[in-house]
Amino acid sequence: MMLSKYLSGILLVEMSLGNSAAIRGTTLIMSQTVSPSIALPQTQQVLDVELRQVSKYFGGEAAIQNIDLKIREGEFFSILGPSGCGKTTTLRLIAGFEQPSAGMVLIQGRDMSRIPAHRRSVNTVFQSYALFNHMTVKDNISFGLRVKRMGRSQREQRVADALQLVKMESFANRYPQQLSGGQKQRVALARALVNRPAVMLLDEPLGALDLKLRKQMQVELTNLHQQLGITFVMVTHDQEEALSLSNRIAVMKDGDIEQIGTPSEIYDYPQTPFVADFIGETNLLQGEVEFADSQILRLLTPEGTTVLVNRSEANLPDLKTAVVSVRPENIRLSQEAPLNEGNCYSGYVKHIMYLGTHLHCVVQLQTGERLTVMQPNRSEQSLTPETPVYVSWLPSDCLALAA
Amino acid sequence: MTASPTSKRWHFSPLELSQQFKRLLGALTLLAPSGLWLILFLVLPTLLILDISLVPGLRPGESGDGYGLGNYSRVFNPFDAAFDSVYLQVIGRSLYYATGTTLACLLMGFPVAYWLALMAPRRWRNFLVVAFILPLWTSSLLRAYAWISILRPSGLLNSFIGWLSSGLPGVQLPEQAWLYSSAAVLIGLTYNFLPYMVLILYASLEKLDISLLEAAADLGATPRQTFWQVTVPQTLPGIAAGCLLVFITSMGDFVVPTLLGGASSMTISRLIYNQFLGITRNWGLGSALSMVMILAVSMMIALLLKYGDRDSVKEA
Repeated sequence: MMLSKYLSGILLVEMSLGNSAAIRGTTLIMSQTVSPSIALPQTQQVLDVELRQVSKYFGGEAAIQNIDLKIREGEFFSILGPSGCGKTTTLRLIAGFEQPSAGMVLIQGRDMSRIPAHRRSVNTVFQSYALFNHMTVKDNISFGLRVKRMGRSQREQRVADALQLVKMESFANRYPQQLSGGQKQRVALARALVNRPAVMLLDEPLGALDLKLRKQMQVELTNLHQQLGITFVMVTHDQEEALSLSNRIAVMKDGDIEQIGTPSEIYDYPQTPFVADFIGETNLLQGEVEFADSQILRLLTPEGTTVLVNRSEANLPDLKTAVVSVRPENIRLSQEAPLNEGNCYSGYVKHIMYLGTHLHCVVQLQTGERLTVMQPNRSEQSLTPETPVYVSWLPSDCLALAA
Repeated sequence: MTASPTSKRWHFSPLELSQQFKRLLGALTLLAPSGLWLILFLVLPTLLILDISLVPGLRPGESGDGYGLGNYSRVFNPFDAAFDSVYLQVIGRSLYYATGTTLACLLMGFPVAYWLALMAPRRWRNFLVVAFILPLWTSSLLRAYAWISILRPSGLLNSFIGWLSSGLPGVQLPEQAWLYSSAAVLIGLTYNFLPYMVLILYASLEKLDISLLEAAADLGATPRQTFWQVTVPQTLPGIAAGCLLVFITSMGDFVVPTLLGGASSMTISRLIYNQFLGITRNWGLGSALSMVMILAVSMMIALLLKYGDRDSVKEA
């Protein structure tokens, strides 16, 4: 969270100049350009996949509604959201397994309305892998080339390359039933990659793997993406996976896109309480706006806690109610009363979870709210349940969001 | 095993022995009812038929002329004085009817089962399946009689053909004697066994993983390529099971060939019936023909089981 600190530092400096509108503009530009995970220059605006006002209804129920999405050439794009948010439907619309009820899907600038799945230059890695169990690994991988009637010698070369790419050369003549989960995953990847698609679609590709294998495959996915330069579109519900792999992320909720941005934009500057809560952990405090000027907002929660928050990030349509999001790692925990940090409250430790490098504490405030605090594990501290503590954070370490 | 002088297999502690005994007892208890049933009503009668088939010219109330292969020789040995090629013709015709029925059921049943399992609206699916097997709720005898009224010279089919001819002047469509022909037998058998084929294929297609079809399309396969390279191989065990069932049951069917077939469409089941209950009354020959049929069907089952298992053999 160096970035967040860095940005808010600049913002504080700029805020002293006044003019909140100018600052808001500045922030927007900065958050797009400073982010470290942007590997692509902004000038590159070739779109591989574009969704224009796309909706999909299943028997009157909207799975997704009026979605706009622009996925750039060569980027690793993740669609992130809880189950049932419409992320898989979005992917299936791009693949061509579903037709949009309204709107338009474009791949490399071409309208896909009348193009069936088998004529699209995209390939999918299915969540269940969907390997053909009546074919060997080699035949699975060469399937796409065989149905396109590619010559034998060229085909075999491509299959050998693909097998090598996913390190499965020695399994070429096995059947899928004889492979482990991770090996099936590699075969599914190779089967899609061998066709050299313009866009790779990955539907929860690592969902069925255990933690260690998942970490390993995450690294391999990143390597493959960099090696091949193909656009990857991945659907996942695992926010950590999305943050660590993607160039950009679209966060979805109830068939809508809540926010699109780089991992750091999404994490440091969530635009809605949902995004703040879904990506990482956060404390949300809802309250009425008691006082507002160009720099600062003061909120009063129903429990009677007053919270100060910098206004710079706030995108508030009205100034009546707002939600403050404060990350657990931005809250300081101390046993002595801290120097004035803006927001400072007393309470006691309710639960404590030992995580090795960190302590995960739930602090019960005297006013009634509970806050989650992530505290670096220092040996001099002796925190036990019922220990009276103070929690504090700067107004610049939290965000005000529309309720 | 070579290290220990006494083989380990035979060293059971009393506790282990009692456990082994209990396991054996459990298995016997589970298998006994069906085992007894099979021995009493399948194995023993088959042995009885085998015994009778070895007595040439055995008629009811007679003791026969001792043991011999005379009955089989009459059917298969062209150098036997009693040989008559009509038996081989009948066996051949039965195989032809069974094969034709199986093919017709497969060709007509697959599209129906495919539509039911993959394309029909989900909430109508069960209703449609039931609707399709509804004919099975009526007696096969009744259904055969229904076909008689359709196929007889003044029946529905000929009336329809006549109506078509009168509507199309200049075109003379032939009105045929449909009944008592091979065509009538094939129609009746196909009608009878199509629901079984559809049910089995439906069960197989319903289990088909849709994502496999999507994966094939995703990899660029046209619907036709997907069908032949994914759908058919994936449902091959179901296809084999359906064909096996229809082949065997249509080969053994007695009602349809008897009621819809004429003198020229004698089948092995009718022939056997004649040997036991008809005018000919040659139990020895009837038993021999029964044994031939049992053997043929068993061989079909063995072949198809082996063929159906080929994939799993390859896997192992």
